[in-house]
Amino acid sequence: MKVELRNNLDFLAGLLMLAIGGGAFYMALDYPFGSSLRMGPGYFPRVLAGILMLFGVFVLIRGLITGVPVKGRWGFKPLLFLCVGLIAFGWTMEHFGFFPALVALFAIVPLAGYEWNLKEVLILTVFMSAFAWAVFIYGIGLPYPLLGTH
Amino acid sequence: MELFSNLILGFETALTLQNLMYCFIGCFVGTAIGVLPGIGPLVTIAMLLPITFNLPPTPAMIMLAGIYYGSQYGGSTTSILVNLPGETASVVTCLDGYQMSKNGRAGPALAIAAIGSFVAGSIGTLMIGLFGPPLAEVALEFGAAEYFSLMLMALVAASCLAHGDMVKSIAMVFLGLLMGIIGTDVNSGMARFSFGIAELTDGIGFTVVAVGLFALAEICKNLENPEPQEVFTNKIHGLMPTMADLKSSAFPVLRGTMVGAFFGILPGTGPSVSAFTSYMVEKKLAKDPSRFGKGAIEGVAAPEAANNAAAQTAFIPTLTLGIPGSATMALMLGALTIQGIAPGPQVMTSKPDLFWGLIASMWIGNLMLVVLNLPLVGLWVKLLKIPYRWLFPSIVMFCAIGNFSINNSAMDVYLCAMFAVLGYFLMKLQCEPAPLILGYVLGPLMEENLRRALLISRGDPTVFFTRPISGAFMALSILLLIVMVLPAIRKKKEQAYTEGGG
Repeated sequence: MKVELRNNLDFLAGLLMLAIGGGAFYMALDYPFGSSLRMGPGYFPRVLAGILMLFGVFVLIRGLITGVPVKGRWGFKPLLFLCVGLIAFGWTMEHFGFFPALVALFAIVPLAGYEWNLKEVLILTVFMSAFAWAVFIYGIGLPYPLLGTH
Repeated sequence: MELFSNLILGFETALTLQNLMYCFIGCFVGTAIGVLPGIGPLVTIAMLLPITFNLPPTPAMIMLAGIYYGSQYGGSTTSILVNLPGETASVVTCLDGYQMSKNGRAGPALAIAAIGSFVAGSIGTLMIGLFGPPLAEVALEFGAAEYFSLMLMALVAASCLAHGDMVKSIAMVFLGLLMGIIGTDVNSGMARFSFGIAELTDGIGFTVVAVGLFALAEICKNLENPEPQEVFTNKIHGLMPTMADLKSSAFPVLRGTMVGAFFGILPGTGPSVSAFTSYMVEKKLAKDPSRFGKGAIEGVAAPEAANNAAAQTAFIPTLTLGIPGSATMALMLGALTIQGIAPGPQVMTSKPDLFWGLIASMWIGNLMLVVLNLPLVGLWVKLLKIPYRWLFPSIVMFCAIGNFSINNSAMDVYLCAMFAVLGYFLMKLQCEPAPLILGYVLGPLMEENLRRALLISRGDPTVFFTRPISGAFMALSILLLIVMVLPAIRKKKEQAYTEGGG
């Protein structure tokens, strides 16, 4: 059974561990290492990043040998819309206030789903915004301006 | 008997109108999120943490605990009725529970799940009362070396016993530990892995990581495929189990409770492991194992009792040692810290009303859950009729507002989006996020205790093995690792999880 590398479960998992471990190790080179008795701020990060890289190599090689593919399809579209929706929420919240941020969130996030229907999204936006206001602003008393900034 | 006077104090605290109300809210919300797929107790508690700022400590803890054990009840309802586990711990309940409901015995299955959970919850509550105080006394003797070894054992248990590939799970623990380093180093004041972003010098909030890795990644995974059209036609006739049902469930419930209590107390493991294990135990002990998977009532009774007992007894290490055994327990401790109470063995003596009130409220909460779940089961099933395309944007909204409210800063929301990406990749690559988050929580504590222990022993690492309690924890961790590496036992675990459908 031949599995393409870009769909090889353990190869990709190992690659991810190697990348994160390698990046962290490189960054930690700037922090003093110290000794076991007096550990510097670089001691832990470098040891941990090194171990993570070793695991990465092991998993990567195991993937090349076993060749198990990734299960199911990749959902890059929902991932994109969820993240863009969150970023839009955060940015709008800081610049335009609570309600505009919720409108931005509900304008973008539902696009991540398979079905999209304008009427439903509008109802959801109004209903959930009212609910969020009742719980977070009126109920808990979070001090956010509903429109605009302080 | 001191236990009785303590329990009386507990019930006096828990039975005030305010505390009863928060207990009810907790159980109600817990059941709801247990029923709804894609949102678990971890994320809910993370989201509701800001609400507890304005509450006194006791009702705050009572409500959060209610959410935690309430979700175990809610998860079983949907497992039995529609074969949809709302929680990971109820995956096992689907096996026989759904078969029972297909055979027209949904009522008895629900009743046995509720009764089993209630019995387990009551025994669990009693165990906290019995074992909590002596354990806290032992914990007062703990030094840095003991704390370090204990946390190490928790991480080993979490990566070896939990669901999934052990090698990747251990790697995830290291990734979590590494992520825990982000922020300012306590000893040198140096900012590590801050990428030049001022907000990162304080470290990344636990809520941000949990919501990104669990809630958002899970939503994304659910959206990979079109929404399945749920058909729910099974009508529930009569809830009452027969005498024979009760008889054949009695021992499985008790055994499940014992299994659950064991894994609940052991840091690093919890409801899911207990449910899987107790199912395997019942199958081993049964006269006719082939009935399992075809609607055996023992297959519902034991795992349901086990996951509830584990949810309850998980409070033992959390409250007496101040060491969280799971990510959810870490949030509970976080809630205590927000209230200005330092978690640890001294809580029991300095805040007896909080400790015993919480325990008593758990028993009351279990009683409420039986009432909430059995007669109102139709209401909970209606929750499932909400289409996912309405549900997920609403969950995202709660995540967004919740994250923003922690520091009133958009940076947390941006970071959360980043963790959603990481979480989704890890999920697709079958790297479990649960060991990661435990490593993330325990990492800073472990580094601090390791450094302190080595400083006291003048750099001599044998201190972890020569101090008796610490040595015992170390021996247990090593034993656990060796046992799990043995091929025979590893196969058994894999078999247990594949049969469990997970």
